[in-house]
Amino acid sequence: MNYSPPKRIDEIRFGLLSPQEIRDMSVVRIITPDTYDEDGFPIDMGLMDPRLGVIDPGLRCKTCGGRAGECPGHFGHIELVAPVVHVGYVRLIRSLLRAICRECSRLLLTDEVRDHYLHKIKELKKIKRPIDDVVREVFFEARKNTICPHCGAEQREIKYEKPTSFYEGEERLMPTEIRSRFEKMIDEDILAVGMDPKRARPEWMILTVLPVPPVTVRPSITLESGQRSEDDLTHKLVDIIRISQRFQENKEAGAPQLIIEDLWELLQYHVTTYLDNEVAGVPPARHRSGRPLKTLSQRLKGKEGRFRGSLSGKRVNFSARTVISPDPNLSINEVGVPLDIATELTVPMHVTPFNIEECKEYVRRGSKHPGANYVVRPDGRRVKILDTNADEIVEMLEPGWIVERHLKDGDIVLFNRQPSLHRPSIMAHEVKVLPGKTFRLNLAVCPPYNADFDGDEMNLHALQTLEAQAEAWILMRVQENILSPRFGGPIIGGIHDHVTGLFLLTNGEKKFSKRDFVELLKKCDIEIKLPEPAGYEDEKPYWTGKQAFSMILPNDFSILYKNGLCQRCSECKKEKCENEAYVVIENGELKCGAIDKKGIGAFEGLILDRIVKEYSSSDAARFINNFTLLSIRSIMHFGFSFGLKDEDIDHTAKAQIAEVIREAEDRVARLIDAYKNGELEPAPGRTIEETLELRIMEELGKARDSAGKIAGKQMGMTNPAVIMARSGARGSMLNLTQIAACVGQQSVRGERIRRGYRDRTLPHFEQGDLGAEAHGFVKRGYKEGLSPIEYFFHAIGGREGLVDTAVRTSQSGYLQRRLINALQDLEVEYDGGVRETRGVVVQFLYGEDGVDPAKSDHASPEVIKSIVSDVVGKDLEKVV
Amino acid sequence: MSEYSVLDHEMVPKHEIMDESEVKSLLKKYKITLEELPKIKASDPVVVAIGAKIGDVLKITRKSPTGGIAFYYRLVIED
Ligand SMILES: [Mg+2]
Ligand SMILES: [Zn+2]
Ligand SMILES: [Zn+2]
Ligand SMILES: [Zn+2]
Repeated sequence: MNYSPPKRIDEIRFGLLSPQEIRDMSVVRIITPDTYDEDGFPIDMGLMDPRLGVIDPGLRCKTCGGRAGECPGHFGHIELVAPVVHVGYVRLIRSLLRAICRECSRLLLTDEVRDHYLHKIKELKKIKRPIDDVVREVFFEARKNTICPHCGAEQREIKYEKPTSFYEGEERLMPTEIRSRFEKMIDEDILAVGMDPKRARPEWMILTVLPVPPVTVRPSITLESGQRSEDDLTHKLVDIIRISQRFQENKEAGAPQLIIEDLWELLQYHVTTYLDNEVAGVPPARHRSGRPLKTLSQRLKGKEGRFRGSLSGKRVNFSARTVISPDPNLSINEVGVPLDIATELTVPMHVTPFNIEECKEYVRRGSKHPGANYVVRPDGRRVKILDTNADEIVEMLEPGWIVERHLKDGDIVLFNRQPSLHRPSIMAHEVKVLPGKTFRLNLAVCPPYNADFDGDEMNLHALQTLEAQAEAWILMRVQENILSPRFGGPIIGGIHDHVTGLFLLTNGEKKFSKRDFVELLKKCDIEIKLPEPAGYEDEKPYWTGKQAFSMILPNDFSILYKNGLCQRCSECKKEKCENEAYVVIENGELKCGAIDKKGIGAFEGLILDRIVKEYSSSDAARFINNFTLLSIRSIMHFGFSFGLKDEDIDHTAKAQIAEVIREAEDRVARLIDAYKNGELEPAPGRTIEETLELRIMEELGKARDSAGKIAGKQMGMTNPAVIMARSGARGSMLNLTQIAACVGQQSVRGERIRRGYRDRTLPHFEQGDLGAEAHGFVKRGYKEGLSPIEYFFHAIGGREGLVDTAVRTSQSGYLQRRLINALQDLEVEYDGGVRETRGVVVQFLYGEDGVDPAKSDHASPEVIKSIVSDVVGKDLEKVV
Repeated sequence: MSEYSVLDHEMVPKHEIMDESEVKSLLKKYKITLEELPKIKASDPVVVAIGAKIGDVLKITRKSPTGGIAFYYRLVIED
C-alpha cells in the first residue's frame, strides 16, 4: 500500500482573481445564453459546453477525458461588456475611493506618514497579528486630507448609495472610472491599505471577466416528464449573458446614453444577485414560481450552508431517530427498536460456506422481518431484494457476496441523546426488536443520557463492520460505562420508584408470606433458594423485605455505611439506630438499615459502586437489572400514590405554624425598632444596615425551617412525599415545607427584595417600611395559596432563577466548546503520558498520578480503606 | 529596591538544569526527540534566574494535588 504521511498546512492565503487568471483557468469562453439544442445536445460555447465537465454517466469530458465522477469539472468564463462592481467588496471600494486622490490615485497621506504605517503593518505581520486596526487608521487619516499631498488636487466628497452606486459630488462614478483610478495605484499605497498588490489588486474588485463554474457545480436535473430543469446558478448566468448581448447590440447601434446606462444597471443587478441574492436594497431574483433563487452566497451561508450544513455537520446512513419511552423489563444493556426501524436498518453479512444457508434464508424472507434489503455482488453491484427476484438471488448467492440483513435481537448499536456533553451520552446497546413506534430503554440508563419521556427523541446507529461492533462491545457497552469518568462513581443506577420501592421494602421489618416473597423475586435473574423464614406468625412462616433484597446481592458481598436517613446523632447507636440509618451488609445479607438513594441511586449508590469495582461490570449490570425488577414489584406490592391530600396538615399544626411565623415577625419588628433607636450592634465587618438585613433574613429563615419541621412531623414517615424526600427518590423536605407550610423569603441576588418604588417595593407599603411582608417574605405555602403581593414577590424571585439558568447554560456551553477544541486531539499513550498530534508531550504522566478517574474511588485516593478492610478481614467497624 | 529572586516565591517550583546523560535517558525513557519536549522561553524569569541557556533541558519538581510530587521537563528555546 502506498502511504504518504499527513501533510501540515503552513499557511492559507486569500486573494482576488485577476481577469487574466480567470481567462487562464478557463477552458471555454461562454458567449451564448442557450444551453441545449433541439436534439438535447449541449451547445458549443453555451453554459452547458461539454468542455466544462460531464455529469451524464457514460459520456466523457471534452477537456480531461474523465467520466462522470472522475472529471472534477472545469471553469469557463464570460467577458462582460462593461465592468461592474463586485457586491462583496463595496465597503472596501468605498473606503478606498475616499482614501485616494481623484487625479493621481495616490494615497492621501504624505510618504513619511504612509511609510510609518507600512512599518507598523510589517511588524504586525511578522508576529502574525491582525493588521485591521492599523488599516482602519490609515483609511481614517487619509480621508481627512481634502488636498492631495502629492499633486495638490482638491478632493470631493464620495457618496455611496446602496447597493452598488458611487457618487462624487453630484456626479455618478461609473465602474469604469473607479477601475481606472484603482489601476493607477502604486504598490506601496496598496500595501498600506492592507492589500497585497501581487494577489489582490484593488481594480480586481471591479469585475470585467466572470468565471463560469463547471457544470458539476450546477448540474441540471431531468424531471420525470423528460424535461430538463436547470440549476439556479445556470439561470442566473443565462440572465447575465442575455443582458450582455443586449448591451452589446445597443452600444453598436449607437443607442442613447440613457438606454445604455439602464442596461448597465441591469447587468450590475444580475451580477450582484448572481453573487448574493440577499443584498439589502436589492430585490431578490426570483424563479418563475416566485421562489427566490439560491445563488453563490446562499449556498455557503447559514445553518444549511456549505460550511455549517455540509462540512461541519453531515448526515449519516444506517441511523434512526424516534421518540423514547421506558421499559422496565429490558436489561440496561438493551434498547427496544421498533419493527419498522429494524426492517429498514441493515447490517452487512459476508457470505461464507458456514453461514450461506442462514444468508439464503434472510434473502428468501426479503422484507419480512428477519430478512434482508440488499445483496452486494462480488463486483460491488448492489441489488435490491424484491418479492419478484428473491428466489433468483438465493440461487446465485455464494461465498463472497454480502447480504445486508435486517437488524435483529442481539445486534450491537450505538444509542445517543443530544446534547452529547460527556462520554456516556453515546453508549452501545443490544438490539431487542419490539412492536410499537418508540425506542425503549431501561430507566436506570436515563441519568447518563439525561433523558426523560416527555417527548425526548434519541438517535441510533447500526454498526457496519465486525471491528466496529467488537470495539463498541468492549468499550462502549452500557455496563462498561456504569462508572462515570467524571467522578469515579456510578452514573447509572436507581431513580425515582426504584429508590422508593427498595426503601419501602427494606425500611423496618416488612413481612411476606412465601407466595408474596417469591412473587417479588420471580422476574429476577437469580437462583431462588428460599432462605430460612425470618420467623413465624400465627404459625405461618414469613420472610422480610431485607431478606428479599439480600437475595439479589452477591453471596460474599459486605459493606457498611450510613444512609441518607442518618441524623448525625452525637453518639451513633449503630445497629440499634431507630432511623434505620446504619446499613450493614455481611456476606450478601442485609443485616440492618434501609436501602435508599445512597445505596443504589445513580450518582451516589455505594452498594452499586462497590459491586462494579470489586466484582465485574457484568455482575453490576445484573444487580441493576435485578434491583429495578425487585423494586418495581415491591412498590406495586405496597401500593404508592401521591395526591393533593398528602400535602394536608391539620388545624393544630396550621395554628402552630401561624404562631411560629407571628413570633418571627414580632422579632423582626423588634429588630427594626432596635435599629431605629440605634441600639443594634453591628456585626464584624458590616454596617448597621447590613447587620439588620442579615438578622432579619436569619430570623425569617429560622421561622420557615421550624414551620417545615412542624409540617414534616405532622405528616410522618407514612406520607408518600416524606418517603420520597427521605429516601432520596424525588423532592426534598424543603419542597414539602414550601408546599404545606411556608414558602419563605424571596430574594434577588441573595438579598431581600428592595427594588420597586422610592423607598418601598410597592405602593401598598409605607415609605421606609422594613418589615418582613414589605420585602418579599411569603408566609403562606403553595397549597394554601399566595396573596397577590406575595405572588408578585415570588415572581420577582423566580425570574432571577430563570435568567440565571439561561445565562449559565449559554456560558458553560461556550466554555465547554473551547475546552473540547483545545483538548480533543490530546491522547494518553501507553506509557501513561499525554501527547498532542505532533508527538509533543503535554503531561509526562496523565493527571500527574496516572490514574483513570473512572477507576478511582469517587475521584479520591481513599481506596486504601476498603483495601485494608479486605485484607484485615471483616473488621468493618474500625475502618469506617 | 531590594534584590528579589523568583526562585524564593512559594508558587515557583524547583527548576534544575539537567546534565547531558540525564537528558539522554529522559529522551530514551519517553521515546521522544528533544523537540517533542515541552518548551520554555529563554527570557522566562526562572530561566534567567538559574542561568540556563538555549538548548538546556530543565527538570521541574512540582507539588501535585493528585500525585504528591510530579516531575516535568522543559526545553529552553529562544523567544
Ligand atoms: Mg425531556
Ligand atoms: Zn474534465
Ligand atoms: Zn493627487
Ligand atoms: Zn445514626
